[in-house]
Amino acid sequence: MSGILVVAETRRGQLCDVSRELVGASREVASAAGLRVTAAVIGADAERLAPGLDLEGVDEIVAAVTASERFEAHVWQSVLEALIETRGPSLVLLAHTVDTMGFASAVAARRALGFASDVTAVGWIDGLRAWREPHGGRLRMQLAFAPGRCTLLTIRPGSYDAATAASGYVTASQRTDLSATARSEHVSFREPPSGEVDITRARLLLSIGRPVAEQADVERFAALAERLGGTLSASRAPVEAGLLERARAVGQSGKTVTPRVYLALGIAGAPQHLAGIAEADTIIAVNTDPQAPIFAVADYGAVADLFEVGAELARALG
Amino acid sequence: MLDPDFELREDGTGVAEDWLAWDINEWDSFSLEEALRIREAAVEEPVEVVVISVGKERVEEALRGALAKGADRAVRVWDLALEDADVLAVARVLAAAVARESPALVLCGVQSSDNGAAAVGVAVAGYLDLPRVAVVTRLEWDPASATAKVERELEGGLVEVVRVRAPALLTIQTGINEPRYATLRAIRQGREKPLEVLGLDDLGLDQGHVADARGARVLAVERPAHAGAAEMLTGSPAQMAARILDIVRERMPR
Repeated sequence: MSGILVVAETRRGQLCDVSRELVGASREVASAAGLRVTAAVIGADAERLAPGLDLEGVDEIVAAVTASERFEAHVWQSVLEALIETRGPSLVLLAHTVDTMGFASAVAARRALGFASDVTAVGWIDGLRAWREPHGGRLRMQLAFAPGRCTLLTIRPGSYDAATAASGYVTASQRTDLSATARSEHVSFREPPSGEVDITRARLLLSIGRPVAEQADVERFAALAERLGGTLSASRAPVEAGLLERARAVGQSGKTVTPRVYLALGIAGAPQHLAGIAEADTIIAVNTDPQAPIFAVADYGAVADLFEVGAELARALG
Repeated sequence: MLDPDFELREDGTGVAEDWLAWDINEWDSFSLEEALRIREAAVEEPVEVVVISVGKERVEEALRGALAKGADRAVRVWDLALEDADVLAVARVLAAAVARESPALVLCGVQSSDNGAAAVGVAVAGYLDLPRVAVVTRLEWDPASATAKVERELEGGLVEVVRVRAPALLTIQTGINEPRYATLRAIRQGREKPLEVLGLDDLGLDQGHVADARGARVLAVERPAHAGAAEMLTGSPAQMAARILDIVRERMPR
């Protein structure tokens, strides 16, 4: 075993918070197997971002400098393959994000690595172990990997606490220049419309799901949310149907929210949605389907029709 | 789809199959719809839509459903060695089946609704060394330049517009289109369309390839501690609403 390589996530010239969580995720294996932790950042501005990886638990930082200004899946793939080739890590940790989904499993396929994605816990029990929670979190699966083979894991954001900054802790920092060819062409970025609503700050979110298909119902639930002292949000479906602005979408492609109360009406709880509400204090879920995965993460559940319960809530509020 | 009363397999490495219902994956029905739209928009050269799945005989129902919606033919690959295949082993086999067709575009769902790995499509691209874009929310195909202009949606709602030249692989996000339903007549026609069943040797593979590709081994499966932790509210909708208001007021003192 020769080390753990943590690959930082960046977005438009910034280190993402999840990068520090990856260092947190490396801890148990690093100490159980006695492995050094190398944190790598990839990109044209890798050297500028490298100091941000001076974190407790990081032994070495690598700035992999590319010509590519922004993330490009094929460039990142080539750079990661080169890092694996030259450094020979036994474990590689990446964040399970949209960018990573574009290259991580391709690297694992091409290099015949051990592999698991959307991992919620990493540990060491007589060897490397990873845990995943498939079927929308209704199962917990323990995975083992062929010993002596490099394993690549993508870690679900929010699964680990972020490692704290430790200025001067890192003993070695180095720069590697890697050339790699982009195979897709960036055309433009489109900002999410900056509506006046910020659901990440709401104390209560009343969140509506797929069954809401009429604008009049959206207005009714918006009024109900307000009377409860909260804000209206939604799962992917009503937003995609054009009933609400994108700023109100909760989940992987929307926002991560942290309300004291999350009232989910008619939301089944796809993993992408659940990823966005993991930090909510109290989750109350109303859904007609008793099998809905949201009931596995909710504190309170009601098997009922959202329109009926919504009407009764409005009535009770007078 | 997992039945809520599910039982685990005796060896503890999975769910007993009786507790699973089989259907086409949600992400895949959006991928199929996108492929059908490209075919229908084709004016110069005709486009053929082929659906491929790795699985036992039971996946034929889903493949027939895709044929009923308009796919031209279907391919199913199976071997006993695939029984406990992980994402990479499945991708290895799919890659061989895709290579046999040498398509201009390979469309996969971003992920499956059961395993949720979001890894198979891009691993196929890795095996075939195809350019790829993951999590596509809009696709414009230009047959003249054999180029796809796509949007990929990042965390927080930021959208990146990217251009990629065929042959390429795209993983398709839900909501990109509105998948169609098959008419009864189309369902009957779907039964007549070709559905080819292949084994590993038809693809030049053997059980060793599958075993070597495998990235992980399932040691144990359990019900997570938090599953079913919700306290269920019972009674009429009015009683449920009253309890919900109590909980809200308790958590959010004014």
